[in-house]
Amino acid sequence: MSTVSDAAGSAAPAAKRRPVLSDRTKAERKLGWYLAGPAFIIMLAVTLYPILYAIWLSFFNYRLTDPAARKFVFLQNYVYALSDPLFWQTVETTFFIVVVTLIFELVIGMGIALVMHRIVLPRRTLRTIVLIPYSIITVVSAFAWLYAATPNLGFIDPWLHTLTFGLTDPTYNWFGGRWSSLFVICASEIWKTTPFMSLLLLAGLAQVDSSMEEAAKVDGATWWQRFYKVILPNMKGALMVAVLFRTLDAVRIYDNPQVMTGGANDTTTLSMLVGSTTVDRVEIGMGSALAVILFIIVLIIAAIFVRLFKVDLTSTGRS
Amino acid sequence: MIWTLVPLLWIFATSLKSPSVFSAPATSTEFGLFWPKHIYWGNYSVIFTGGAKDLFLPALWHSIIVCVLATVISVVLATFCAYAIARLNFPGKKVILTTALALSFFPAIAMVTPLFNLWRQVHLYDTIPGLVIPYITLTLPLSIWILAAFFQQIPWEMEQAAQVDGASSWQAFRKVVAPLAAPGVFTTAIIAFFTAWNDFVFSSNLTSSNSQTVPAALAYFTGASQFQQPTGAICAAAVVVTIPVVILVLVFQRRIVAGLTSGAVKG
Repeated sequence: MSTVSDAAGSAAPAAKRRPVLSDRTKAERKLGWYLAGPAFIIMLAVTLYPILYAIWLSFFNYRLTDPAARKFVFLQNYVYALSDPLFWQTVETTFFIVVVTLIFELVIGMGIALVMHRIVLPRRTLRTIVLIPYSIITVVSAFAWLYAATPNLGFIDPWLHTLTFGLTDPTYNWFGGRWSSLFVICASEIWKTTPFMSLLLLAGLAQVDSSMEEAAKVDGATWWQRFYKVILPNMKGALMVAVLFRTLDAVRIYDNPQVMTGGANDTTTLSMLVGSTTVDRVEIGMGSALAVILFIIVLIIAAIFVRLFKVDLTSTGRS
Repeated sequence: MIWTLVPLLWIFATSLKSPSVFSAPATSTEFGLFWPKHIYWGNYSVIFTGGAKDLFLPALWHSIIVCVLATVISVVLATFCAYAIARLNFPGKKVILTTALALSFFPAIAMVTPLFNLWRQVHLYDTIPGLVIPYITLTLPLSIWILAAFFQQIPWEMEQAAQVDGASSWQAFRKVVAPLAAPGVFTTAIIAFFTAWNDFVFSSNLTSSNSQTVPAALAYFTGASQFQQPTGAICAAAVVVTIPVVILVLVFQRRIVAGLTSGAVKG
């Protein structure tokens, strides 16, 4: 059982064992649901209903501009979506962003976390500076990077030109091609979310028993061996949570590419495809099918991670 | 540090540049291009009193109203819920926590389709409540997890001790528990507010003009006239919406870190 119930379990341990519930236990259960119920019901009403409704709508050929032609087509929307090259392109784009940002965020985030963990004195300042990008609205950060990389306007091209002693083109158009656009999108995404990663990893580092590290040091382990054999396995829980949260966030990426490219040069992500199909082209049935596919992808990723790391998410997370 | 601050300084620098800087192609390849030669405050007057006033100010209002409403409602509900989870023994507790976690993994864009359709039918599309309700679901799971983690750390024996000493349940709650719980509730409120303030998916897809919030308004801002590049004005607006959030972060950074990590790592 989770620590949640352990904490509360002490309230009525005797009553729990008895088959017949005492009045006190009954009253407690009632109060529990009175207090927790409203939040639970609202969560379900606003999300579960739309989910079921989306699944239902995804079986229809339904355009908002032509409601009379609404027709039950069962899995046809899914067949269309999965056989459409455009769909697979958005999948490719999305997973490219996920993999690239995750790798860089893990390495940089771990570096920052290690530095913050080791250095005691300017910790507060460091933490504040690290936290600032996290608090910036994604749309604002997207604009900052968009303008920074715009030729004749931003500073990235001239700076690169100066730093490489004139090797790069001072008016290189980053948003002219698919991969360079994705590069800027990834860079801004990494800038924006690495702080979150390093905070989670820092919390994980704090859980590692320092005496074990000392013992390994005495036994003559190198820094890398200590890191790999002692620190990493002991912060597995935090590592898993950080990777899982970031992966699922990145799969749902929407604001950043929407602002920067609007989907030009084949940089549309899955979320953007759902949004444009539904709102711009008002194809509700198709949009719902795409939304359900995205939801299933998220579920599969979550299931794989939980299975892979063997971490019970409802427990303390410290496996 | 440089990595963190350069893009921020850049957006501030850009907001101080006059439109003529953008129309003339850059001649200098020096670092001097970064900072404006002449500081120009015109972009700020454009968004507050000039042509973009009708777009930016209402959006700012909508953002504030919607986010405050959603934060207050979700934190109040989450406080009750988390209190029950941390303190009382009742069946279904684990179900609530698991549901909250599953919902926080749910792609928001997948909810837009049915909500878009539903909101049009019940006339909530492009209204303030039509945005508050999705924001509550956005912030509620997060708030429940963070608060449940906070409440578990409160030593509840103190409350019982106060009752033994003759205090009523209400007195014990008010004098002992409330002061201990208040910082946690406050932290959760700030984090929930950030989440709502940051949202773009719901705001850009469930509104058109009557309830559009700042992120969506910024993204669709195309300038006072079609001959004007609104780059400077967008940056000015970006700076205006960023400053209060950054101040909040600077003031409460210790608590925000504690809230984020306790909610997430325990989750």
